[in-house]
Amino acid sequence: MGAFAYVAPSSVAEALAVLDEHASLGKRAQVLAGGTDVLVQMRTVDTQPRTLVDIKGVAETNRVDIGATETFIGAAIPSAVLNDNAELKALFPGVIESADLIGSTQIQGRASIGGNLCNSSPAGDTIPALIASSGVCVIAARGGNREVPVEDFVSGVGTNVLEPNEFLIGIKFPNPAPGTADAYLRFIPRTEMDIAVVGAGVSVTIDENGTCTAARVAIGAVAPTVLLVTRASDALVGTQLDDTALEAAGVACTEAASPISDKRGTVEYRRKVVAVLCRRATAIARDRAKLRVRTKVR
Amino acid sequence: MSEAIDYKVIGTRPIRPDGVDKVTGRAQFGADLNLPNMLYGRVLRSPHAHARLTRVDVSKALEMEGVYAAISRADFPENPSDLGKNIMARDKVLYHGHAVAAVAAKSLICAEAALALIETSYEVLSPVLSLDEAMADDATLLDDECFTKNLPETPDKPSNIAAVMTLSRGDVEEGFEQADVIVEGDYNIPMAHQGYIEPHACIANINESGQGSVWTCTQGHFEFRALTAKVLGMNVADLKFIASEIGGGFGGKTTIYLEPLAVLLSQQARRPVKMMMTREEVFRASGPAAGTHCKIKVGARNDGTITAAKAWLAYEAGAFAGAPMGPGAMAVFAPYDLENFHVEAFDVLVNKPKVAAYRAPGAPQSMHAMESALDELARKLDMDPLDLRMKNAASEGTQAPYGPKFPAIGLKECLEAAKVHPNYTSPVPEGAGRGVAVGFWFNVGMQSSAEVHINENGTVTIIEGNPDIGGSRASMCLMAAETLGVPYEQIRAVVGDTESTGFSNVTGGSRTTFATGMAVIQACEDIIGQCKSRAAATWGVDEDQVEWEDGQAIPSPGVNADVKPLTLADIAGNAAKTGGPLLGRASLNAQGAGASFSVNMTDLKVDRETGKVDVLSFTAIQDAGTAIHPAYVEGQMQGGAAQGLGWALNEEYIYDKDGVLENAGFLDYRIPVASDLPMIDTQIIEVPNPRHPYGVRGVGETPIVAPLAAAANAIRDATGVRINDLPLSPPNILAQLDNA
Amino acid sequence: MSKVQITSSINGESVEFLCEPQQSLMEILREELGRMGTKEGCATGDCGACSVLVDSRLVCSCLILAVEAEGKEITTIEGIAGEDGLHPIQQQFLEHAALQCGICTPGFIVATKALLDRNPDPDEETIRYWLAGNLCRCTGYDKIIRAVQGAAKELAHQA
Repeated sequence: MGAFAYVAPSSVAEALAVLDEHASLGKRAQVLAGGTDVLVQMRTVDTQPRTLVDIKGVAETNRVDIGATETFIGAAIPSAVLNDNAELKALFPGVIESADLIGSTQIQGRASIGGNLCNSSPAGDTIPALIASSGVCVIAARGGNREVPVEDFVSGVGTNVLEPNEFLIGIKFPNPAPGTADAYLRFIPRTEMDIAVVGAGVSVTIDENGTCTAARVAIGAVAPTVLLVTRASDALVGTQLDDTALEAAGVACTEAASPISDKRGTVEYRRKVVAVLCRRATAIARDRAKLRVRTKVR
Repeated sequence: MSEAIDYKVIGTRPIRPDGVDKVTGRAQFGADLNLPNMLYGRVLRSPHAHARLTRVDVSKALEMEGVYAAISRADFPENPSDLGKNIMARDKVLYHGHAVAAVAAKSLICAEAALALIETSYEVLSPVLSLDEAMADDATLLDDECFTKNLPETPDKPSNIAAVMTLSRGDVEEGFEQADVIVEGDYNIPMAHQGYIEPHACIANINESGQGSVWTCTQGHFEFRALTAKVLGMNVADLKFIASEIGGGFGGKTTIYLEPLAVLLSQQARRPVKMMMTREEVFRASGPAAGTHCKIKVGARNDGTITAAKAWLAYEAGAFAGAPMGPGAMAVFAPYDLENFHVEAFDVLVNKPKVAAYRAPGAPQSMHAMESALDELARKLDMDPLDLRMKNAASEGTQAPYGPKFPAIGLKECLEAAKVHPNYTSPVPEGAGRGVAVGFWFNVGMQSSAEVHINENGTVTIIEGNPDIGGSRASMCLMAAETLGVPYEQIRAVVGDTESTGFSNVTGGSRTTFATGMAVIQACEDIIGQCKSRAAATWGVDEDQVEWEDGQAIPSPGVNADVKPLTLADIAGNAAKTGGPLLGRASLNAQGAGASFSVNMTDLKVDRETGKVDVLSFTAIQDAGTAIHPAYVEGQMQGGAAQGLGWALNEEYIYDKDGVLENAGFLDYRIPVASDLPMIDTQIIEVPNPRHPYGVRGVGETPIVAPLAAAANAIRDATGVRINDLPLSPPNILAQLDNA
Repeated sequence: MSKVQITSSINGESVEFLCEPQQSLMEILREELGRMGTKEGCATGDCGACSVLVDSRLVCSCLILAVEAEGKEITTIEGIAGEDGLHPIQQQFLEHAALQCGICTPGFIVATKALLDRNPDPDEETIRYWLAGNLCRCTGYDKIIRAVQGAAKELAHQA
């Protein structure tokens, strides 16, 4: 039996070297950010030894960079830190809201967007919000960074496109165009501390007449991976985002969903509630967008 | 209502004597002790819910470096009791998580690794996972030698029904014929867990000849000692059990799990062994509350008088007999004065962990059924639900369904208080519903011992044998202060180990403040008697010429003694000259525990699109007899309300088809969190228990009973749909709303 | 297995310890360093009984590796009381009878400290959501919330 090991590289190159070495020797390495999923899994479902590669010391994973056209959020930043960033919250309220929903205050002190994404659970709270806001994964790899849209990152329940010798540095987003805003809602039985039974992230753009010109709707916990529902977007674009349009987008979500019944909810329940959340999240995004039609957020 | 007695300290809210240690992290709970040279024990548990255990071999684990002991069924005495078989599986494993072996090693990591070296084989059997399956004629049997008890004739074939009981009065069929209105309902509640935050933990330190000590978190260390000795065939006198501080029990720590394992491992290793359950083990392998299937039929005349009531109550016992069908059956109609009733109850084996007590064991489930049916009855009669209950309420002199006549009880007082409570008279908030329900618990007395030592400066040390789960040291000090007439601050209460005080039954049955309190009061009276005799000797008068008042001995009125009163400190300071130290003692089997009734009401709002419930308000009204420390009485009421609401709304054991518990953790076993609840309003009613010196009734268990039906009734009110099965979780509610 | 040597500050005191890479800070605090005030309720981050502050941020010590504590400042329940006696939060928990069994109490007090340090005047809803990761099974939270409100008032009064 092998033993656990812990390394804390201080640069992207160093981290890649460690991962590369493990990959070439066939040794197991796992990237560690906040650890709120990794530690629990290590103690319960997957107790096998491995080298934990703590990337929190890599500067890029802790960087927030709000540029003229793009925003970058480091993969390892704790949700609590993101939530304290007023500028980020104003730009991407839905994304920050989704990060703010991961677990308790204590969990918030550790859990990161990058970790939530790499855990690749169908119920990960940030994933629908990241997709709705057109997030793109920035992945450190030998020979330079590569980029993958968030909707293409997760490949199945608990799996993603990362190679063993790669890691996620952060997510970048196009800054919202005028009249654009996002929102994320999830359903849980309690008020806190649960895993999403259903989640919905929505971003909409409206013009000066209140007509929706662009929309992205992503739904969580209703399929093996988070789904970008283009038929829901289609139902919204060109409308005034009135009740009829929201209803139609909801129906599209129900139709797109292929959930399972488990300890958190039934197939019927999830199919029904995903429509409700799509509607409600779209309404929130719409109301936010209305406030931004004439003001550029940045 | 009885007149209030003007107590000096009873009814005040001083800081508890053990408080500072608990807010600073000093208080030592079960897992908080480490001994020199200590090992860590871990348990190997069954991966099957039902199987023959054909082989278990620990020899390879024992060979591992760092492993000092390993045990399995071969190390236990033959002819085990059910408890013994639950502690360590013998021929069969009967639930997923059933213990099959244990090891002790130098570290937790090492012990965990050693478990992987234990060799086992199983012959897997099909698991019996529901009451319907278990009670079917052709059911798979858990125990081929289980013949239903209490039937008129011993059955000729075994069954999963371990026992039945019936309770009846009058003629129910005739009663139903007299009824103008009849309601019937069929209610299911899954297993639930007490959810104490402290996992089970203990340390055993046993020598070569089987003598030693066990430090453990327990609701009753004397009973833990007795049970452990019995399971291991050891001598009770060789074992000293020390109760650590206990991080919640609610009935779940009234029985043993780890202790015999730790004792055997320690004896084999000749070193102290610490064992701690993980949270997952707590859920899988301690003793949850029984899942139930209850059927109720109630008939009433148009004026609300109940003419007949019938209950059919099936309780899941888990792997071994012993579900709380008895108290459930006795409680179901207890609040009401009924001429005709019939109750049938069943104790049923299923492949789930053996159930243990959980706060008012058996009553929340059966009374949820009855109180839900009464709500429907009130609707059919177009009667206020409180009025319906008042119309039929038991009071002093009513013959309880379980036999005795009630002495003074406070049900009507609680109903009256509810009727005029602002939370009842105010309009129901827009979109919400309001539900009410009655709760009840018998409360018990049982055996307690107490000693009261007067220190040389007149301060007081109480030694008693009941672990303090919710402030009982403070209650003991208050009752002693009241009796002795000395300030509360001069009194300290100590929970003694099994070698330093007399036997006491568990802290359970809401008995501690009542029964152990009674022992403390009697021990204080013993002290007063001794003080009077010391004073009489000092003054040269007869003992009957001395009285005790405000903490001092004074001559009786008219006694011509020109003397200065003697305080407790005076007498203690002079004790060497008057006969030696002052030690008061009492041991008793307390009789006359008084039943405690409650009325709860709650306003709930339901999101009709998602089925989510918001608790807008909750009001608990309960008869405490006399509230010794009202803040901790309120605490019991509020805590029970939260547990009851959790049970009603989201808590449940969820099993897969193979009998594996799917939600063995606080993530998916969803107990209420702070943001789920509002402030919980309380109103303490005080109808003193005539059988206790200060009128105490137990208060700890009643609070969990009424919230289940109160919540169900509120959701009925909010949605117009009666949902019979708990929990009222969003998927359940949405499905029922859609079906309606 | 090779142990790692770590140096941290615990309640202002420099502490060195050895740990396995996979051990949690909670396990080391309790089993190696004897800081038993930090309680284990679940070891999966769901109950908050093991709450500590790491560089002033509230975390579950079961969800942070002991090796990650290198160079960090850790505050446990043992570090809450001051030289003059109990911290007002502790005093208010006592006065409001905000504990019954007491196992969750250290976690609640540490979490409350973190809350009031950043928000001296939280409303009831803020308190309830901040403390949602601290499970209490005895009190129904009522008296805990009142104790936190009382502590906020007391601290404002002292300031």
